[in-house]
Amino acid sequence: MIAVIWEVTSRLSSLPDFMFPGLLQVLDTLVNGIISGQITEAILKSIGRILLGFTIAIVIGLILGYFIWRYKLVEDTLGFVVTALQSIPSIVWFPLAIIWFGLNDFSILFIVTIGATWTMTVNATSGFKNVPQLYQRVAKTYGSSGFHFLRTVILPASVPQIISGLRIAWAFSWRALMAGELLGGGGGLGQLLEMGRSLGQMDLVISVMIIIAIIGTIVDNVVFSRLERNVQLKWGVSSR
Amino acid sequence: MYLTINGIEKSFVNEKKERVKVLDNINIEAEKGSFVSIVGPSGCGKSTLLYLIAGLDRPDAGDIRVAGQKVKKPGPERVVVFQEAGLFPWLTVLENVTYGLKLKKMSKAEAEAKALEVLKMVHLSRYVDSYPHQLSGGMKQRVAIARALVMEPDILLMDEPFSALDEQTRMVLHKELIEIWRKTKVTIFFITHNIREAVQLSEKVVVFATRPGKIKDIISVPSMKDGVMPDSVTLHTEQKVLSILQEEIEKVLKEEMGDDYSFKTGPVHRNDSGDMGSHI
Repeated sequence: MIAVIWEVTSRLSSLPDFMFPGLLQVLDTLVNGIISGQITEAILKSIGRILLGFTIAIVIGLILGYFIWRYKLVEDTLGFVVTALQSIPSIVWFPLAIIWFGLNDFSILFIVTIGATWTMTVNATSGFKNVPQLYQRVAKTYGSSGFHFLRTVILPASVPQIISGLRIAWAFSWRALMAGELLGGGGGLGQLLEMGRSLGQMDLVISVMIIIAIIGTIVDNVVFSRLERNVQLKWGVSSR
Repeated sequence: MYLTINGIEKSFVNEKKERVKVLDNINIEAEKGSFVSIVGPSGCGKSTLLYLIAGLDRPDAGDIRVAGQKVKKPGPERVVVFQEAGLFPWLTVLENVTYGLKLKKMSKAEAEAKALEVLKMVHLSRYVDSYPHQLSGGMKQRVAIARALVMEPDILLMDEPFSALDEQTRMVLHKELIEIWRKTKVTIFFITHNIREAVQLSEKVVVFATRPGKIKDIISVPSMKDGVMPDSVTLHTEQKVLSILQEEIEKVLKEEMGDDYSFKTGPVHRNDSGDMGSHI
């Protein structure tokens, strides 16, 4: 239905083809792009970047979360700063990143990471804080302490919250990645968008948009939803 | 003495920043292999005392010794069975039970063999690979007991372990706990607000007064080592405990509901005017 409306309005509209391409043309470009490797290459490049940035963000987020949870002083100081930082859209960091690191891959990686870090920190902190006192007491009476306590109680007990943190963090860094690539270049889907614009190839732009939507959906629905469901099943929390 | 609680004092700071004394000069002794219960009205500090023995909290004064060792921090020789089972939902029943053994650096095979043995004792062999949410409340509590027993503790601390269960399940578990106690000869320190439970299970009942928590009386329950005790004896002891507690219960109720409440004024008690002259 949407496809038909799209195709028809495109044909009827007064805009030239390159500005408002029809569905068929877009699909054509999409398939060609994938076959020729242009789009595929961009996808791989973008995914590589986000995986790296996202992983760094998770690690930093968990560590910061740990310190905020563990030490009152850190919570009072850093905890507040993190909340403030969290409200800054990560693309806002880009000018700063360009000046610091130059207009390169590293700048993009920086904003991808920073986009996810704060959310992850906030979620990890609240995850750790909400570990029921009961579990902590139980573990302690069995002689658990230190790193073992962290690994066998605090971390697993906060898994549900950490997963929802991952989900939001992923969404943030995905957006940051696209914005960064769009402005910073260096390959990837974002740059392909920019290229499509400058070449006046809206069919390419729309193809890339479709790819972005598909990847976003896949990650959210397949990866995170499945993770969440597995945990819910295992824990027997709300079964939908 | 195996367990000595000597002159324990503990206070907390409440929301109004006032110091509130919860435990005042508590002295209890228990022999190895004995079963001691503590009963008292809610808020009398009985759970606090248990946490002190477990080492989860520190007393302000006094000391606690178990098997000659002074209690300083939590340890696997003094495990606690909590009111809610407190099983880790991310581990299976077997993993939950072997949790403490693995901490003792026991090999996996050995730990599992031991866990299976204890799980058999609580009749849960069939649910070894289940996750806690798949079990009923009573089963969870059995797992919690198994998890504690498998550690072969010096003393088993139980904090109202059956109070969240329904009556039937509780009755079954009472029986099983007694069996386990006889079989393993473990020393049990049992907290409850249920007088009947305390009298039926234990050899010694410590009755607590409230605010601050003090020992009001210690009652020995007629031996039941042979397993059968006439109901009349239980009932008699129960009533004895209740009469000691009556005053305390009233104190709590008055504090909660105001001075107009009196526990003793009830339809059962006759009005004074009803038997006027009979004392002459």
